[in-house]
Amino acid sequence: MRRNLGTRIGIVVVALLGSLWYLYPPAKAINLGLDLQGGIHLVLGVDTPKALAAQTDRAAEDFKSALERKGIGVKRVARESDTAFVVELSSPSAWNDALTVASEFSTFERKADDPGVGRFTLAMSERRARELADSSVRQGVETIRNRVDQFGVAEPTITRQGEDRILIQLPGVQDPARAKALIGKTALLEFKLLDERASVEDALAGRIPDGDELLYSRRVDPQTKTERKIPYVIQKRTLLTGGELNRAEVQSDPNAPNNWQVSIEFNSVGTRIFGEVTEQSVGRQLAIILDGNVYSAPRINERIPGGRAVITGQFSVEEARDLAIVLRAGALPAPVTVLEERTVGPSLGADSIRQGMIAILASAGVVALFMLLYYRLSGFIADVALVLNLLILLACMAAFGATLTLPGIAGIALTIGMAVDTNILIFERIREELRVGKTPRSAIDAGFARALRTIIDTHLTVMVTAAILYNFGTGPVKGFAVSLFVGLAASLFTAYFFTRLLFDLVYMGRRKVESVSI
Amino acid sequence: MIEIFRNPAYDFIGKRKWAYIVSIAFTLLGLVSLATRGLHYDIDFTGGTLIQVRFEQAPSVATIRAGLGRIGLAEGVIQEYGDAREFIVRVPLTALSSEEVSRRVREALAQEASLGKLEIRRVEFVGPQVGKELQLQAVYAVFAGLVGILLYIAIRFDLKGGVAAVIAVFHDVLVCLGALSLTGREFSLPVLAALLTIIGFSVNDTIVAYDRLRENRGKFATKGKPFALQMNDAVNQTLSRTILTSLTVFFSAAILFAFGGRTLEDFAFVLFVGVITGTYSTTYVAAALVVDWTQHVEGRLGRGKKAVAKA
Repeated sequence: MRRNLGTRIGIVVVALLGSLWYLYPPAKAINLGLDLQGGIHLVLGVDTPKALAAQTDRAAEDFKSALERKGIGVKRVARESDTAFVVELSSPSAWNDALTVASEFSTFERKADDPGVGRFTLAMSERRARELADSSVRQGVETIRNRVDQFGVAEPTITRQGEDRILIQLPGVQDPARAKALIGKTALLEFKLLDERASVEDALAGRIPDGDELLYSRRVDPQTKTERKIPYVIQKRTLLTGGELNRAEVQSDPNAPNNWQVSIEFNSVGTRIFGEVTEQSVGRQLAIILDGNVYSAPRINERIPGGRAVITGQFSVEEARDLAIVLRAGALPAPVTVLEERTVGPSLGADSIRQGMIAILASAGVVALFMLLYYRLSGFIADVALVLNLLILLACMAAFGATLTLPGIAGIALTIGMAVDTNILIFERIREELRVGKTPRSAIDAGFARALRTIIDTHLTVMVTAAILYNFGTGPVKGFAVSLFVGLAASLFTAYFFTRLLFDLVYMGRRKVESVSI
Repeated sequence: MIEIFRNPAYDFIGKRKWAYIVSIAFTLLGLVSLATRGLHYDIDFTGGTLIQVRFEQAPSVATIRAGLGRIGLAEGVIQEYGDAREFIVRVPLTALSSEEVSRRVREALAQEASLGKLEIRRVEFVGPQVGKELQLQAVYAVFAGLVGILLYIAIRFDLKGGVAAVIAVFHDVLVCLGALSLTGREFSLPVLAALLTIIGFSVNDTIVAYDRLRENRGKFATKGKPFALQMNDAVNQTLSRTILTSLTVFFSAAILFAFGGRTLEDFAFVLFVGVITGTYSTTYVAAALVVDWTQHVEGRLGRGKKAVAKA
């Protein structure tokens, strides 16, 4: 070890300069966790069965109209499970024609044939169902990213977690409730026709005609603040969705200045369908439905060629702005639920940073002072190594883009204790060797050599624990594990390699060493 | 040169029978407390909503409870949190969504005029699924940590040492959990992190002693020395290092406890207790068990040899 002094100094200088490089400028180098800077941490669960069910519903509707186009009488088409629907023909005689239509629906497999009564089931293949579920989560991540980008959050994190979860971290958001509403809204915009022939009273009594559904419009009375629900009987068939939108903008309601509305413009496909639908249904009411709530059901007076419509409701300007954002970003393919939420206000985050810094500085200060008093010059060397350890630890976190959390600060405090342990092990060993009468030089050599195995063992066991923590833990625990792991790796370098170098520089340069200050 | 110990030669291992009584007593105390008083789990593990509120003037718990009672959340736990103006309200899982709960709490507290102005500083919601997963993860993490340590020591040293070290660590975990239960502190994610750190720390000490034992065994001087004395030597030779290191970690934990703020208090508390029990268990659980186990095996071998000699 005495040789290669130049190489060893070189390694330390590179480590030091590298650390400083990564830590400059200090204010921007290290990502602060949400617990330190304030913000929202959300874990959403994507209801993938709902996405499959919606897909199956659409397929069932399409299949029914395909049969009707071929002139095949249909008695019943109904969804049986999330991935299958049953078809019952009016008469078994059309069996073969119906099978031809079914063969065109290649993503569904036919099962449970009963030609006698003219009944069969169409089921999505398991592989297709898995693909759909997977793509609905992926699409959900994309959609939420779009929304968050338009909402304007600096450095958001939106990632998929496991099979059907989405992790969202929004640092520094001031209005958590609004941000959550924006993210979690399904925002499925649908255009459906009212069934004017059906009676609302019958539907309320539970007698809903086949192919219809009962939906409500919710109105809040501005004076009494009470909610009024207006029922509508609506044909289930979706004519057009928000998927065909080109633009969505906020505008003020010309009739009521404090009410805001969202004007939408369809893309070319949407414009064509919208034109056809309005042409075929002049005189009927077209319901504009968002997430199952009817917003309005205007009567179609004439064909609307330009592909424009307006969503009215009692929106405040913020609500209208957020609605426009979610419409532009598109609907979530499946509803989401909040599984976990952690919101920290900015003032609490600032308090945590201050307390964490005080704790870390106090802890480092006391330990450093102790080492200096107990081991004198050697203690001072250990303290210098401790400073380098902290520098490398912080630089590594900056380089990996790791996030510093409050438990992470605790991990750093603990690292300080562990790094000092390494030096204590070495120094106690050197003292022992001195006591048995070795010369200072050989005592230093023997002390470092003998302590090495123990040091590696102690570091490895704690690093094993840290790695396990990282793998099993979530957010806060992970932060702790990261800083502990990196800190220990750095401590192997600084407390052993770097301390040894300093000892060599102090004691090995001289011709004769009388004593060791330890 | 400042020295705590100069060539210490305390008879640690000889007094191990007494130590067993102490260890068993503390472990039993912990277990009894865990069985009767139980462990308070944080919402991380039970699921629920936690809301941290800071008031402009220090309110009374009764006023806060009255406010919450009006929205039917009177069963929520209300706790002062590090400061007379700062409170934490914990609401168990209900059918309501997290937004709904926090909105209602905010409104209810705002309506209670005597409470004055307030600021919601933190909202945490953990759903039932996530809570269950975290519970499982906590148990897995502890056991994975123990298994990892067992394997490491079994490979580096021997199986006896590995098993004894794991028993020592298990003892430390039980004592820490018992201390949490006795003081009525919560078992939260940071506390779990502290427990795992203690596992690492306690094993650290044990490894230092084992390492020394192994090193000594290669030397001529130990030849013919009973195993109990060899172990006692190893413990004595590493004593000053053990005490010094424990002291530094002890200082770090004490400072975190005092200055780290309420969030780190429970974490630091576990470290604090863990450092003491971890240092103790190295000698009196891990080393002592290895000695008794080795003596037991040697005794059997010895009897076996005698039997062979007679025949």
